[in-house]
Amino acid sequence: MCGTLNVLRSSSSPRSRPPFPPIIPNSHPSVLHSHFSPPPTLSSSSSSSSSSPLCSLIISLHSPLSLLPMGPPEATEALLSEIATNGGHCENSSYFDGWKAYDQDPYHPTENPDGVIQMGLAENQLCHDLLEGWLRENPAASICTPEGSSQFKFVANFQDYHGLPSFRFAVAKFMEKARGGRVTFDPNRIVMSGGATGAQETLAFCLANPGDAFLIPTPYYPAFDRDFCWRTKARLLPIHCESSNGFKITAAALDDAYESAGKTKARVKGILVTNPSNPLGTTMDRETLQTLFSFVNEKRIHLICDEIFGGTVFKSQPFVSVVEIAAAGEANIDRSLVHVVSSLSKDLGLPGFRVGIIYSFNDAVVATARKMSSFGLVSSQTQHLLGAMLSDEEFTSRYLAENARRLAERHEEFTDGLKRVGIRCLDSNGGLFCWMDLRPMLKEKTPDGELELWRVIVNEVKLNVSPGSAFHCREPGWFRVCFANMDGETTATALRRIRRFVERAREAEEKEVKRKEKKRWDSGLRLSLPRRFDQNFAMAAIISSPHSPLVQATN
Amino acid sequence: MNHRKLIDLSKKAGCNISHGQNSSYFLGWQEYERNPYHPINNPSGIIQMGLAENQLSFDLLEEWLSKHPETTIFSKADGSASFFRDLALFQDYHGLPAFKHALAEFMSDLRGNRVIFEPSKLVLTAGATSANEILVFCLADPGDAFLVPTPYYPGFDRDLKWRTGAEIVPIQCSSTDYFRLTRTALERAYSCATKRKLRVKGVLLTNPSNPLGTTMSWTELNSLADFIDARRIHLICDEIYSGTNFDFPASFISIREIVAERSHLSSQVHIVCSLSKDLGLPGFRVGAIYSDNELVISAATKMSSFGLVSSQTQHLLAAMLGDKEFTAKYIVENKRRLRERRSRLVAGLESAGIGCLEGNAGLFCWVDMRHLLENPSFEGETKLWKKMLFQVGLNISPGSSCHCNEPGWFRVCFANMTDHATLDLAMQRLREFINAIDHRAPGGGRNRRSGPVPLARWLLRFSSSESVRRAEQHLR
Repeated sequence: MCGTLNVLRSSSSPRSRPPFPPIIPNSHPSVLHSHFSPPPTLSSSSSSSSSSPLCSLIISLHSPLSLLPMGPPEATEALLSEIATNGGHCENSSYFDGWKAYDQDPYHPTENPDGVIQMGLAENQLCHDLLEGWLRENPAASICTPEGSSQFKFVANFQDYHGLPSFRFAVAKFMEKARGGRVTFDPNRIVMSGGATGAQETLAFCLANPGDAFLIPTPYYPAFDRDFCWRTKARLLPIHCESSNGFKITAAALDDAYESAGKTKARVKGILVTNPSNPLGTTMDRETLQTLFSFVNEKRIHLICDEIFGGTVFKSQPFVSVVEIAAAGEANIDRSLVHVVSSLSKDLGLPGFRVGIIYSFNDAVVATARKMSSFGLVSSQTQHLLGAMLSDEEFTSRYLAENARRLAERHEEFTDGLKRVGIRCLDSNGGLFCWMDLRPMLKEKTPDGELELWRVIVNEVKLNVSPGSAFHCREPGWFRVCFANMDGETTATALRRIRRFVERAREAEEKEVKRKEKKRWDSGLRLSLPRRFDQNFAMAAIISSPHSPLVQATN
Repeated sequence: MNHRKLIDLSKKAGCNISHGQNSSYFLGWQEYERNPYHPINNPSGIIQMGLAENQLSFDLLEEWLSKHPETTIFSKADGSASFFRDLALFQDYHGLPAFKHALAEFMSDLRGNRVIFEPSKLVLTAGATSANEILVFCLADPGDAFLVPTPYYPGFDRDLKWRTGAEIVPIQCSSTDYFRLTRTALERAYSCATKRKLRVKGVLLTNPSNPLGTTMSWTELNSLADFIDARRIHLICDEIYSGTNFDFPASFISIREIVAERSHLSSQVHIVCSLSKDLGLPGFRVGAIYSDNELVISAATKMSSFGLVSSQTQHLLAAMLGDKEFTAKYIVENKRRLRERRSRLVAGLESAGIGCLEGNAGLFCWVDMRHLLENPSFEGETKLWKKMLFQVGLNISPGSSCHCNEPGWFRVCFANMTDHATLDLAMQRLREFINAIDHRAPGGGRNRRSGPVPLARWLLRFSSSESVRRAEQHLR
């Protein structure tokens, strides 16, 4: 007993550091934590990696020694399944690789002030005090307190995959509230799953046969390759979005993606979007949602909307859920094509509790997903606690408002800090991260150039940010930077480091230019860079074709 | 439109068979839910005896909780700060170190510490359901087969086949062998699979057996080990009932004890365990995979992302299982109560002239009602099952739902009723039913009294001398 408490206490460390090393991003830890090494290969035929030309490159560049096979004889490997050995879990991506640097040298304000700051973790740590306060005032919600222990037996035995009624009702209410109360969720359509990770896989199992494909706008959350493809053998095919229009999904991009999919002979079963977007932090406007709606109706395919960041929208226009559009009920719209994924990991900052939700308008999907939920039910202890917490409407209203306020504040503090050193981020209004534009800092406007810059940021600037290539972004130079998993001081430290880095880079550029001017190098691009440094950042959003350095240089 | 919708979904969604939920095992539950027994509110309702739940020892858990208020997640022992934040954010798929450590020790304790479990070889999953599926995902490609001895847990059709695309080929066990696993039956199943052009990737079994309520002998386990050695295939041992082996001294032998003597097999043997039966906490969804195979552990750990155990629950159970004094007491007392309850069921059945397979584990008896069948067929079995459900008001599980190849066997659960009174009422109903049949058809077609009862020697009475029984088991 005491041992447990001690272990917890000893490893619960400084505030800016995840409590139990090793910890994982979006339920997905660095491969390096594994007690055993994973198989080193990423199958070249793996559909999930085929859409990422960088995948193999990243591995070859970063594959640490520990990724080499150890121990198990090859004969044993042959006895395993293809899934177990094909690397389709995609943990070998650089998204997870950056964690190595962090884990080896984690920042701590007093004990390790020069360590790596974790900015690759989309965690919401800003409002735990509110949740704790509620728990303290409501001891009966826990089955471990004298006030609540009478429920212990009932709860411990409860294993109905429909979920505790109190939990389902409260979750439905909370989801409504997080969408401004403009939509209603039927508790009978709430299907629980082991986190959003389990929810995504369940939907893929329900909607696609092996080889079938989903279209997905880029950039997208790296672990979707695992969640949607690994065990289901479905495929993700990119809808290429561009910085020129703020990475919005256009009808043309949809058509292109659909057409390209046709060439791969994959049957397209649906579109998967995150709204608010991970990694962009932007919400979709009604027009885009309408476009998607018409498209899936026309093609008779499914629309999966991952709205797990729905409760993190913190400014400007309200978050419009796809449910709102579906409920508007235009005659030509078939709602049974729409499926929503939600979770309490981001909105409430409770990833440890593993609460994922599937909400579908399709009866067959609800029924099938519920049967599949047996593979990842939410602990009844957790259902019981959250059922009580989320049915306290006064509390949830207060929480959502305060959470948005704190996120807005942090977002502003962070983006302003970046702006002061000339770094722009994509304009965003949700999420726990910024989509940071470092294109002007690339030596080469290529994926290699991006990785080179990323290594400098991780190893020298000591910030674990995530490179855009890990998100299948086609334009090199974008980075996802998380800002809600730390306290204000750490944020300030991170900003200081970025400022110093940018200043040094600028000095280096200037030196370089002087050296080159001496050599009378005839290159408009090189000559213009230092002077145009800040302007370039300022104009980043207008740059239409970042693939051509020439265009960029003369823009 | 409807037709179109079906096409729109996957085959798995359209398929109503392999998730197994249409079997009578589940139908009985539905009927029970419509009309559940309650001593006061619905005294003529259906008594649930189809649910392998352990409700006998909750008071012990509750007592422990009342003495350990510090397990609430929002107070630390010194009241200084809160665990809440740490736990809220904890999502490492390797699990809370304290919990895994405590779980590994608990597993060793349940096996008399004859084998040791290392926390690093343990993968936490959302229940045994998920653990079994993950293992099949790790070991088999679609179309590959696992050999599973019959009768087996109906949920395996869902857990092993539905989403993985793997196949189950039954190993036909028979009452003439007391449903023991024989090398002949294993080889027969293997060649049956080969004939169907299926690649056999392993054997999966439950030990202690669900639904038989028996443990496997050294002889059986060794012959199984020889088999997987010779065929170079895997063995998944579902040992989720290990803590329910209630004879004394305990006769349950973990597959790890066999592997300890045959280390070359260690990478082929995988264990599934859970706290749903051993601690009676199915709602908490705690399952685990234990394997010496590093690749399996690595892949399974990654797959566990699809169904991790809530950190809140890990925290509570780390404290509970970390209390060795408590677990030692719990294990002994829980077994005592199971033994007592089972004796009561066996005696009650006996008073109705019904025998059952001699068992020493589990939360159920494997009951022989062959003599009550109107005709020795599965139709006869279903007919009797419906009578039991609608007339007698007992929800028990017919052998056919467990893929038993001999009609007339039923799984009857005994530990999901909190008090003895409900069990006694169930037995009373059964006696009345049997008497009514006897009355209506004296000396009728059934062989209950007159006909041969080939299993009589071993069928009855758990209460016979433990040591003699155990010796018999080993001799066999």
